Amino acid sequence: MQDFLPWHGFFGGVLIGTSAALFLLLSGRISGISGILENLLTPRGPDFGCSIAYLVGLPLGAVAVGALAPGLVPSVSLTGTWPLLVVAGLLVGFGTRMSGGCTSGHGVCGLPRFSTRGIVATAVFMLVTAVTVFITRHVV
Amino acid sequence: MTLLVALLAGVLFGAGLTIARMVDPQKVLNFFDFAAIPAGTWDPTLMFVFLGALPVMFVAFRLQRRMAKPAFDVKFRIPDRSDIDAPLVVGAALFGVGWGLVGLCPGPSITALALAGPALGDVATFIAAMLAGMGISLLWRRWTSIPSRHAR
Repeated sequence: MQDFLPWHGFFGGVLIGTSAALFLLLSGRISGISGILENLLTPRGPDFGCSIAYLVGLPLGAVAVGALAPGLVPSVSLTGTWPLLVVAGLLVGFGTRMSGGCTSGHGVCGLPRFSTRGIVATAVFMLVTAVTVFITRHVV
Repeated sequence: MTLLVALLAGVLFGAGLTIARMVDPQKVLNFFDFAAIPAGTWDPTLMFVFLGALPVMFVAFRLQRRMAKPAFDVKFRIPDRSDIDAPLVVGAALFGVGWGLVGLCPGPSITALALAGPALGDVATFIAAMLAGMGISLLWRRWTSIPSRHAR
């Protein structure tokens, strides 16, 4: 097992679920981060302000963990040249919005309400991601 | 008030992603490397993130069904489509290719801005391309008039 951290994962997951639960029960919204990001592109839309607040909150959460418990902060290591980063970014941006959601909207919020579209989309992107990783790590 | 809730939800989500180490693309890719199972180097952490998050959201949706409206807004906005169409499947597949190439999906990429250090330029490059991809998708959906807000 390579750096397998079940309790870090589980506790982080509980925080993610709590965040999505608060956003649902207090503001009535699904925590779909690709959708929230897309709102940045429509500054006159009704959700622009909330989306900015949410997106500012994400890195602030990382900063808060760093301030309270520096030992819990991982390093971020990217392996890839910039053309690869651009291609991957374009695919993630285009694909998530074409599909109407990403790991948060389809996965964290779609699966627990047994949404057919969320379950299908999550199954497809998890499978394709695994195949892609297999090809890049073991074939090419 | 909804601005404050959005900020708080973002902070909690970002903190969760950080503690779960999902902001580190290598950690994500190590989960998807199922060929590493026989060698004993597979990292199932991502599965435990879902095991932590899904039960909380399951309870939240139970509570939601008993509420007439959310605490600080006039109505719930939850997707109600259930049809499986080509954009859903093709879009998810394209997303999977991008996620597998680099190991970043939308939430962790934004959260990683605070933690990337020397990789900040790389993370910013990814985010810029991701936003461009979303813009192209938005224009394309408007062009073909596929409803753009069925689910997030």
